[in-house]
Amino acid sequence: MQNHPVYTDNDPQSELSTLNLGPTHPATHGVFQNVLQLDGERIVSGVSTIGYIHRAFEKIAEHRPFYQITPLTDRLNYCSSPINNMGWHMTVEKLLNIQTPKRVDYLRVIVMELARIADHIICNGVLGVDTGAFTGFLYMMEHREAIYEIYEEVCGSRLTTNIGRIGGFERNFNSRAFDKLRAFLKNFPKTLKEFESLFNRNRIFVDRTRDVAAVSAETALSYSWTGPLLRAAGVDYDVRAMNPYSSYEDFEFEVPVGDNGDVYSRFLVRNEEMWQSLRIIEQALAKLDKEPSDIFHADVPEFYLPPKEEVYNNMEALIYHFKIVMGEIPTPKTEVYHSVEGANGELGFYLVNDGGRSPYRLHFRRPSFINYQMYAPMSRGMLLSDAIINMSSLNVIAGELDA
Amino acid sequence: MAKIPNEQLIKAIADKFDTSVTVIGEPYELLTVETGRETIIDLLTFLKTDPALRFIFLTDITGIHYPEQEKPIGVIYHLHSLTTNTRIRIKVFLADADVHIPTATVLWDGANWMERETYDLFGVLFDGHPDLRRILNVDDMTAFPMRKEFPLEDPNRVDKKDFYFGR
Repeated sequence: MQNHPVYTDNDPQSELSTLNLGPTHPATHGVFQNVLQLDGERIVSGVSTIGYIHRAFEKIAEHRPFYQITPLTDRLNYCSSPINNMGWHMTVEKLLNIQTPKRVDYLRVIVMELARIADHIICNGVLGVDTGAFTGFLYMMEHREAIYEIYEEVCGSRLTTNIGRIGGFERNFNSRAFDKLRAFLKNFPKTLKEFESLFNRNRIFVDRTRDVAAVSAETALSYSWTGPLLRAAGVDYDVRAMNPYSSYEDFEFEVPVGDNGDVYSRFLVRNEEMWQSLRIIEQALAKLDKEPSDIFHADVPEFYLPPKEEVYNNMEALIYHFKIVMGEIPTPKTEVYHSVEGANGELGFYLVNDGGRSPYRLHFRRPSFINYQMYAPMSRGMLLSDAIINMSSLNVIAGELDA
Repeated sequence: MAKIPNEQLIKAIADKFDTSVTVIGEPYELLTVETGRETIIDLLTFLKTDPALRFIFLTDITGIHYPEQEKPIGVIYHLHSLTTNTRIRIKVFLADADVHIPTATVLWDGANWMERETYDLFGVLFDGHPDLRRILNVDDMTAFPMRKEFPLEDPNRVDKKDFYFGR
């Protein structure tokens, strides 16, 4: 980092200027406000203000039955909603000791890895845009659309997916979903390769990102960073590998790590994670062939909402439907912490249950919230333009930041 | 390294802290202990620095409110030992009239916003915190909205009232 000149008090140039970066600045890709003190183009200090889209999800969750909390989790990290949905379902399943069949686990892995790819496409694509390369973003965006079409086949919606139910999925994957998935697996690697050859050794991009906002492993751990950011700093902590959930232990994949935690390492780590996700999806597809194709949820009628046709024609289904909706099935009075590897890091759910219809207390450990707090301290001494690309590579999602 | 068995963890804590740390349970194999605010920083420091335990990673700090308890406000810490892949949960309960607890920012920089969030939602005052302001809610708010007495919606609003079926 260059030393910037120190001005004396009577120097007219010594005055610092204050800049409001945000709340609605186009370069911040979301509602973030940072009040920066600038000396020329260099940041002297900054204060982050967050909470612009705080929607009190934790409070709302205390008033809703378990299955109605899934749509709230959609709106945390809305670039990869399925991971949040699955994380929530698995938390409740852990609370209720529900064992899901292997096929459900593999289908979940497919959906979660697609979501991870979709999230990384946005993050790395936008990082390219912020450094002046629009092309890569447009190339990649086409494939995020393909992923959203797969979601559409699976659950009917695209962005806020509300995918799956406690115990499994609301319906089986149809054949078009698998066709689209295979087409995606065929087409996407070509584009990802092209994307990497556009950026990885691009002189302008490397000069712009190498050694920018470098973070040591100690600092990253002290700030409780997780996910690609921590791995870029050289710590191989991945929840999927360390505490496997949803049968991740059946899959072979590598946890990529970077060297010095700068913007460039984060970019490379995310790219490599997309390759690993593709690898996992391919393995999952191969494993699905060996599983009975008609199973898509666990056999837990007390907690899995029965299909509507059965509710109208079958007495037992009607009773279960009523009991689930009214919350009349006893649940254990205990507490549970479950975490999944979200696209931005460890997404944790801390659920305290008092046996009632809705959680007594639900807390989301939101990786964006925890990762973002280093932003203002680490911006000190940085050029304004570097701070912008640093924010892009932190991949802070406003919904997850504010909950 | 393998996960530290809970018995070993309980023993290590009991050797050092005697009766000031009590075990509440092991829900889903996650050891949960309770302590007072006098020992919380010592306990966190011990867990973080002990060479056999090394709970170097602060996963989360959050709060909870049990209005009917004598000490209604709880602060909950989740720590993670990355080398042994062991987690531990620590709870501290505080009286309503005296919601002071020492800050964990002396051990982890990341505790800063987690404690601000807990202050914002539950009104827990973290002594020694460098910048204890509201974080998610507006600065001039006076209530602590995650406490149980705070209603989810304004009870006086009429625009959502359904006069035929109730709500």
